[in-house]
Amino acid sequence: MTIIYKKWWKILGTVLVFYTLIAGFLFKVPAKVILNESIRNVYFHVPVWFAMLALFGISVYYSIKYLRTNNETYDLVAVEAINTGILFYIFGLVTGMLWAKFTWGEAWSGDPKQNSAAIAFLIYCAYLVLRSSVEEDQKRAKISAIYNIFAFPIMIVLLFVLPRLTDSLHPGNGGNPAFGKYDMNSEMRIVFWPACLGWILISVWIATLRFRIRSLENKILDK
Amino acid sequence: MKLYTQVQHLLKKEIVLEWRSKYAFNGILLYVVSSVFVCYLAFKTTQPIVWNVLFWIIMLFAAVNAVAKSFIQESKGRLLYYYTIASPQSIIIAKTIYNIFLLLLITFIALIIYKLVFANTLGDPLLYIFTIFLGSLSFSTVFTMTSAIASKAGNSGTLMAVLSFPVIIPLLMLLIKLSKNAMDGLDRSVSYDEIGVLILINIIVVSVSLLLFPYLWRD
Repeated sequence: MTIIYKKWWKILGTVLVFYTLIAGFLFKVPAKVILNESIRNVYFHVPVWFAMLALFGISVYYSIKYLRTNNETYDLVAVEAINTGILFYIFGLVTGMLWAKFTWGEAWSGDPKQNSAAIAFLIYCAYLVLRSSVEEDQKRAKISAIYNIFAFPIMIVLLFVLPRLTDSLHPGNGGNPAFGKYDMNSEMRIVFWPACLGWILISVWIATLRFRIRSLENKILDK
Repeated sequence: MKLYTQVQHLLKKEIVLEWRSKYAFNGILLYVVSSVFVCYLAFKTTQPIVWNVLFWIIMLFAAVNAVAKSFIQESKGRLLYYYTIASPQSIIIAKTIYNIFLLLLITFIALIIYKLVFANTLGDPLLYIFTIFLGSLSFSTVFTMTSAIASKAGNSGTLMAVLSFPVIIPLLMLLIKLSKNAMDGLDRSVSYDEIGVLILINIIVVSVSLLLFPYLWRD
């Protein structure tokens, strides 16, 4: 946990995100029909989903840790990771909808992956409703940790397995090749992967800040 | 072996308790039959797609109501008693198996009545029945665990629906697709993907429940 007080990874994340802001808009991209210049959105849309998944993964990890140790700090980490994850979920959805508006014609085109993302959002809203329905701190932490771990594998199936079974407009689904195979050349990859790492680091940073504010608040309230 | 005998005893207890009161069974049966009839009076005739989806939606709500009782009806004292005599795994397994039986029975009766009032042809009845089996299995594995969570949170009805619907939606979508394939009488090899994924999700859900229930049940 001491890593959250270190500076180097926050600087790295900031540098990477600024790099993708500049490189993402200025570097050369392959000219493709329909996509045209909007292909640059892949540097922003996909990395924020990665950041969301990283945060939800972190929250499951800390939920497991909570169940093993009953340490309240871990519960706080889990819930703040989910709160920040929901923020990045909204970023992912909005960037995706803007992109879909320009390329597929409609902001919401009933694509399986869009629908799955909406359902995954319901899971995490249910998590927050569950938290607010229990008064007692320790009981709330325990029950919500259990639900978090229970729902996570279902969310993974929802986002990564089900869209592959049906026709989807997203690459990597319904027989379309996944990104990185054909539709991304090496020039794009040198922006794309740093962007993923950068956004993951920034999202984790936001989560740690929220966690630190909450634990300070708790400290003051306990006095 | 100890787990096996414990599950056997608990399952027997569940069935005997149900047999004495017949409350859950009759209640849910009446619930299903009246929803079928309401739908029949409202729709009169339906297109095949609507027929199939409507059936699953009726079953979804019936299943939530049927399974929600499994933990909420237990009194605090009785839970304490289980705690002393059985392992948590055997309790959740027994509840799940009991719910599978209950839902299977209800779904079959519901299908017969549904088929009777709404005329519709089933292309591949055997596959449709298999889908119903998979459906009862999926509903009971997911809902048993969520009902345990909801009962611990104290608030029953709303919370149960809120917690379980997002989790069941992927399964429900697969079930609807699979049963549509069966209804149209498509070749069975078309449906292997759906069956595989359904079984896989059920395995995941059961193993996660077995791992998590021991943490959940003791206060």
